[in-house]
Amino acid sequence: MTNPIENGPLSPQEAAIRVQASLKKRARSERRFQYLGIAAITLSILFLVLLFAGIFSKGIPGMFQHYVTLEVLLDKDRMDPEGDMSAASLYSGDARGIVNESLMNALGSPEGRKAKRAARAILSSASASRLTEFAIKNPEYIGEIVAVKFAVDDDIDSFLRGFIARETPESDRRVNDQTIEFVDRLNQASLISYEFSDYLFTGSASRDAEIAGIKGALIGSIWTLGVCLLIAFPLGVATAVYLEEIAPKNRMTEIIEININNLAAVPSVVFGIMGLAIFIIVFGLPRSIPLVGGIVLALMTLPTIIISSRAAIRAVPPSIRDAALGVGASKMQTILHHVIPPAMPGMLTGTIIGMAQALGETAPLLMIGMVAFIVDVPGGVMEPATALPVQIFMWADFAERMFIQKTSAAIIVLLAFLITMNAGAIILRKKLERRWQ
Amino acid sequence: MSLTSLIFLLLVIGVIYFYLGRNWGTRQWALGSIKLHSLPRYYGFWTGLIATVPAVLLLVFLSIADDFLFKSMLKNFYPSDVVEGDIVARAIAFTKVMNLVEGVRFGTPEPWVEAAAAAWIGWQKIADQVIALVTIACSVILGFIAFRQISPTFRARNGVERIILWALILSSSVAIFTTIGIVLSVLFESIRFFKLIPIQDFIFGLEWNPQFEGAERAGSGGGTATYGMLPMFAGTFLISAVAITVAVPVGLFSAIYLAEYASLRTRSVVKPLLEILAGVPTVVYGFFAALTVAPFVRAVGASLGIEVASESALAAGLVMGVMIIPFVSSLSDDVINAVPQSLRDAAYGLGSTKSEAIRQVVLPAALPGIVAAVILAVSRAIGETMIVVMAAGLAANLSFNPLDAVTTVTSQIVTILSGDQEFESAKTLSAFALALVLITVTLALNFFALQVVKKYREQYD
Repeated sequence: MTNPIENGPLSPQEAAIRVQASLKKRARSERRFQYLGIAAITLSILFLVLLFAGIFSKGIPGMFQHYVTLEVLLDKDRMDPEGDMSAASLYSGDARGIVNESLMNALGSPEGRKAKRAARAILSSASASRLTEFAIKNPEYIGEIVAVKFAVDDDIDSFLRGFIARETPESDRRVNDQTIEFVDRLNQASLISYEFSDYLFTGSASRDAEIAGIKGALIGSIWTLGVCLLIAFPLGVATAVYLEEIAPKNRMTEIIEININNLAAVPSVVFGIMGLAIFIIVFGLPRSIPLVGGIVLALMTLPTIIISSRAAIRAVPPSIRDAALGVGASKMQTILHHVIPPAMPGMLTGTIIGMAQALGETAPLLMIGMVAFIVDVPGGVMEPATALPVQIFMWADFAERMFIQKTSAAIIVLLAFLITMNAGAIILRKKLERRWQ
Repeated sequence: MSLTSLIFLLLVIGVIYFYLGRNWGTRQWALGSIKLHSLPRYYGFWTGLIATVPAVLLLVFLSIADDFLFKSMLKNFYPSDVVEGDIVARAIAFTKVMNLVEGVRFGTPEPWVEAAAAAWIGWQKIADQVIALVTIACSVILGFIAFRQISPTFRARNGVERIILWALILSSSVAIFTTIGIVLSVLFESIRFFKLIPIQDFIFGLEWNPQFEGAERAGSGGGTATYGMLPMFAGTFLISAVAITVAVPVGLFSAIYLAEYASLRTRSVVKPLLEILAGVPTVVYGFFAALTVAPFVRAVGASLGIEVASESALAAGLVMGVMIIPFVSSLSDDVINAVPQSLRDAAYGLGSTKSEAIRQVVLPAALPGIVAAVILAVSRAIGETMIVVMAAGLAANLSFNPLDAVTTVTSQIVTILSGDQEFESAKTLSAFALALVLITVTLALNFFALQVVKKYREQYD
């Protein structure tokens, strides 16, 4: 731009002409600037849409799987060798043989070892235990012919979904020609169905994708979050109350505040390292247990809860305190009876958001060994467990096609929990928060 | 008696004493002849708290301390070569005994292990009984003393409030203890690491391959294990740089648009949407990066004839950038909104357009806050773990090409420390040294951001 002072003052007409001439350019740059903003927002929302589309397009099919319905004769002698219908006796029975026979019958009794092996490849390896569990649940069917649904093997499932093409040469695909022929035969007899996976929520960790489920991880997450909540909520609220209402303005208070800010800045993986070094190496607690996981996550979420609780306490007007003190309440009575109750919704909101953060956290749990392959459903805070995000991390590493879908399905479950928690926090805030004016 | 039932029992004793104290209070109250200092329930709280709090603290202390005592008593059972041996030998001996205590048998254990395990189980039994007895006695006796102590002039409310105050102070100091715990745990192990590997080799070393350690110890051939952190530092820097290149422009322009241009309705829709991006767990981003973005980047590279590693820094960085967008945008949004309207009005009054006002008045005024937001975003990117673990791989290449596979400090820490670790090996300890570097850098960045805000913040009234 030319400097008007250098060239002497401009006449008003000349100035108007210059401004007029530059207006178009300035309007253009104004529009450009605005478009940049819109582009940035569109881009972020596009990322969000892509992320959710990617997860849901794989995760929704991951909640379903293929089943084969077979007519099974629950022969009493073979299912229940001891004859007392106890679980031990049923598990020692020949359920595997019975399942295989019904499968061969459904396929028109193929001859030859190779053909039989090809036929057996259709069913999940867990079919026998599925039949046993069915017999335990429905003892009245023993001795009768019943239709039972069995999960198909994960490779067959991938084939039925079209991920394994028929055109691929036989040596390059995981399903051989003979098996494909059998699957077609079952399909023609409409014995194969595609339905909601009952393994997803009831199955535990497994190397077999078709029977893997999130039950153990989900319960592990609940134990861990329970410990986390029991520690973080009282500590967070107490710290907030102390810092807002009681703490004198001195060096000690300053140190506490600096430390809280530092904790908020420390990467989450470092909390895991501290948990490993202190609780496992020094205190000798076992690895992989929800107790240690909960403590570590509690220390990690503490700053979130403290900060939101302080904001909630600050929102209580001073007149409330003055009124309480004026009618003779002690300082502590004022805090306990007149400051904390109105601040509670805000504190709870912060706690729920902190818990949602803890639920999605993976890295610290990896450090304290909650990444182990644990089949049993944990029954307490001292039993080895894993957590939902860690399960997702482990499944993401498995190469089987079906695990990608199961992982996405598990992610949908995790996101559903997180969204419910956050929505709950928002509703709580809207409903209970008091407006003082 | 198990720990939970013991704690439950102590709580029951506490509740009984609470009722004793309160009923005493209400009786005095009903008599009406003497004036009570506090409300009846405070006498109850006082007796109840005195009965439970010290006993529970004692219980926690004893249950932690007994293992340490047993550990030192166990030394008498170790054969002489273990006692004279190094810390590794003692750790192995201890694990052997503990396995047997938990009922896990590997082959036939040595006789001394059998004896030690039997002794340990015996001690445990005695200790459990002693702890139960001592804590219950402590609870009952202290409660009784407190109950005898109360009188109408006794200041029960002040006593209860003092206990609450101490509880609040203790809770607040947890933040300090956590910080100390983090620093000490990392520092001690790092010092042990630097005793094995000279510190200058760690900081200035150009090669990182701790995986050779096992071969080295076994005495077989192969390379030597080296612990130079520069490749990982470069990798962390590279991925963070990609992330920041994505996050800062997008986040900043989103914030500007939301703060200055968007209608209230747009804002109320877009802001929560951006916040969803912040709420998505990092493991989900990692999965998305490894499964969708990395193959996409590779395919684009292939179609342009460029060789892209399947675990390229670009893919991990891009996704990490997306994760940080809401962080940058919400911090910048706050800062921009804090610039007073009078500054904008003054700019409009001089005839500037909206974008001119933003570029030449609002942004300069908000600059310290925006710089701080960017620094915090960098610190976030450096500390981010799951995305790099899942999408960036483990190849410690010293490279500044975003299309190469690189590794980061955090992903190395996770790889070394998750799963079974060898005790006392330089490889395990190196993770702690890396964590020390990580903490130092993130805290330094944080401190720096704070200083920027403090020093350059404009005060408007």
